[in-house]
Amino acid sequence: MSEAVIHDDHHDHKPSGIGRWLFSTNHKDIGTMYLVFALIMFFVGGAMSMVIRAELFQPGIQYVDPQFYNSMVTVHALVMIFGALMPAGVGLANWMVPLMIGAPDMALPRMNNMSFWILPFAFTLLLSTFFMQGGAPAGGWTMYPPLVLQLGDGFPYLVFAVHFLGISSIMGAINIIATVFNMRAPGMTFMRLPLFVWAWIITAFLLIAAMPVLAGGVTMLLTDKYFGTAFFDAAGGGDPVMFQHIFWFFGHPEVYILVLPSFGVISQIIPTFSRKPLFGYTSMVYATASIAFLSFFVWAHHMFTVGMPLTGELFFMYATMSIAVPTGVKIFNWMATMWRGSMTFETPMLFAIGVLFMFSIGGFSGLMMGITPVDFQYHDTYFIVAHFHYVIVPGIIFGIIGGIYFWLPKWTGNMYDEKLGKLHFWISTISVNVLFFPMHFIGLAGMPRRIPDYSVQFADWNSIISIGGFVFGASQLILVWVVIKCVRGGEKATDQVWEGAHGLEWTLPSPPPFHTFTTPPKVTDATAHS
Amino acid sequence: MSNSNDTYFIPEPSRWPIVGTLALFVAFIGGGMVLNGYIGSGQYVLALGILAIIYLFYGWFKDVIDESIAGKYNEQVDISFRWGMAWFIFSEVMFFAAFFGALFYTRVLSIPWLGLEESVSNQFLWPDFQAVWPLLTTPDMTIAGLESKYIAIKEVIPAWDIPAWNTAILLTSGATVTFAHWALKKGNRSALCWWLAATVLLGIIFVYLQVAEYGHAYHELDLTLKSGVYGSTFFMLTGFHGFHVTMGATMLAVILVRSMLGHFSEHNHFAFEAVAWYWHFVDVVWLGLFVFVYWV
Repeated sequence: MSEAVIHDDHHDHKPSGIGRWLFSTNHKDIGTMYLVFALIMFFVGGAMSMVIRAELFQPGIQYVDPQFYNSMVTVHALVMIFGALMPAGVGLANWMVPLMIGAPDMALPRMNNMSFWILPFAFTLLLSTFFMQGGAPAGGWTMYPPLVLQLGDGFPYLVFAVHFLGISSIMGAINIIATVFNMRAPGMTFMRLPLFVWAWIITAFLLIAAMPVLAGGVTMLLTDKYFGTAFFDAAGGGDPVMFQHIFWFFGHPEVYILVLPSFGVISQIIPTFSRKPLFGYTSMVYATASIAFLSFFVWAHHMFTVGMPLTGELFFMYATMSIAVPTGVKIFNWMATMWRGSMTFETPMLFAIGVLFMFSIGGFSGLMMGITPVDFQYHDTYFIVAHFHYVIVPGIIFGIIGGIYFWLPKWTGNMYDEKLGKLHFWISTISVNVLFFPMHFIGLAGMPRRIPDYSVQFADWNSIISIGGFVFGASQLILVWVVIKCVRGGEKATDQVWEGAHGLEWTLPSPPPFHTFTTPPKVTDATAHS
Repeated sequence: MSNSNDTYFIPEPSRWPIVGTLALFVAFIGGGMVLNGYIGSGQYVLALGILAIIYLFYGWFKDVIDESIAGKYNEQVDISFRWGMAWFIFSEVMFFAAFFGALFYTRVLSIPWLGLEESVSNQFLWPDFQAVWPLLTTPDMTIAGLESKYIAIKEVIPAWDIPAWNTAILLTSGATVTFAHWALKKGNRSALCWWLAATVLLGIIFVYLQVAEYGHAYHELDLTLKSGVYGSTFFMLTGFHGFHVTMGATMLAVILVRSMLGHFSEHNHFAFEAVAWYWHFVDVVWLGLFVFVYWV
């Protein structure tokens, strides 16, 4: 690879002022905007969960009325999923995919900008419902009819916000597919792609296949409420359960849309700090693709208790179990990568190992509830809440945070404060387990989800859970401080940043110039990532 | 795989993405106002949003066309556009899949369940309900003395009437757009324009017949959006399809105008092909509609 080609700083004119961000066609700037937006929404959604935990600190109704409590539960989920997790994943992709494949930018830069700018406006629509007659959505983020149809003036804005976000996601996904399929540098064959890129192509296909189905489903809700259709009304020949099928046909792939980018990130981090190539690269690619494919055939495991025919229950149980196989392949490959590696434990590695352990806890509880007869006990209890929060918080958010620590020196040119990073990891890890692990117990004991009050026998564990929640929430401020500190200065990062880092992105200066790889680099087996 | 060593075209900063976002935002606010009953002011906000969306399409595509004519796009950019269009169409397929899914689910599963004698709904709510398709009588109509939320259908639209003609029209238009493409590839400009014009005309006739059929359904057959799940699936599927045909015909008309202005060459005419793909997509969706909505 020619160094002169990479360091063409004379191309490095940045547009100035607010226009640089509003009209941007630069993948790095758009990636930064995505990440900053995701961080803000992480705190917005987090604040809502603090309200929930404050209310649940003791039995009885303390601070908020039940309607508002349900709005908090609902909007917390929508904000975290569509506002924090997905944009954070897309932000990492925007920054890293072009650098990793040796492309000058995303394939369709203007559309890229629109994908981002839709987000703040879509969330303006969604959050404005708090100030409308009837309040914010309170029927759960799954929007099941007929309950969700009882929402007041906020209802059309809920539906339109989902449409708006869908447009953004589909455009983003199309862009990633076009970029990876068409913009790879010469020699960057598919089986040389870094796994983060693989994870994102597969995620992009999931998005394109799943988001339009959600759009169709919420459109039916809209016409049922305002235009007299009967899709989800049995009196008119429809079926409310049909919405659940449509929703979860989107909803289950959505789970993998959220988690695959995190898997991609830790597939970059673990080899770097184990100083070994990733174990079983090819099997990782196929495992990821298998997970994505299977995710379209398991949706009804979210609805085992609605009254499906026995064949349906059995089919969805076995299909669900089968996803454990490729997931197990991935977990074992990550462990085998660490096996006899020359390991060090910088913050990104700590977060990646955290994902490995704690995502697996969520995975195992998922297997438990995948068993149909057993799920009848777990359904709609805090056991479910414990399960998906283990998957999402220490599984996905830890992966994303690990990615932020991993690439922050590359983005800013400065090393972050390692001490603070480690502090952030340890406080987060301890508090997240205090927060979510006891939910298994109270769930098994029968505490239902989405109810602001509970029976007194759950009081002790709920207090402990709330304390874990407050500590976890507060400890995320450390991340903000680390990021701000790192942007403002610090020890200069080298091009490679990490001793064990390999791949095109680490051949660029830190921070990379505004335009990179305007002439494609040449990739050989020696310079390829794996 | 990258196939060129010249520079990939990265557009200058552009105001269209933010214009598009604002346009959609205003349209959604207006739509929400209208649905919430603030029709007086909402309709103007909605109209403003829709006008802004039209302005967006005009402005953004004008920029792209100007850049294309200025020769800024190499083959790699062309391939990016192809990937983009192809997967956009796939996302549209999945949107229709949600509505086809609803149709199949009600027909194959939920309506027969409502009719089962051992089902709870049958025993306690609607014992006289007959599970048949087309569903002319909804469950809540079977209770004497209770006014139904829905409108009983007198008759549904038979497949081998206007729908069959519409099938023939759309299939023919798929052929004419292909003839136009052959003419373009041979450099025969006037044949290109005539075949394109024929395609647009067939599209317009299709939409006209569809509108006439809707009028017939509403006025004579009592088949409306409010006619229970048959009316819901019928109008949502054919309605979204009709909207897509209208969009497709509009896009074809733009391509026709551009062809008359001398745009496109034998080898470089991605916009034409993208619209042709889109037209074939609405054609295929229609075949699904004809078979599953009208015929079987």
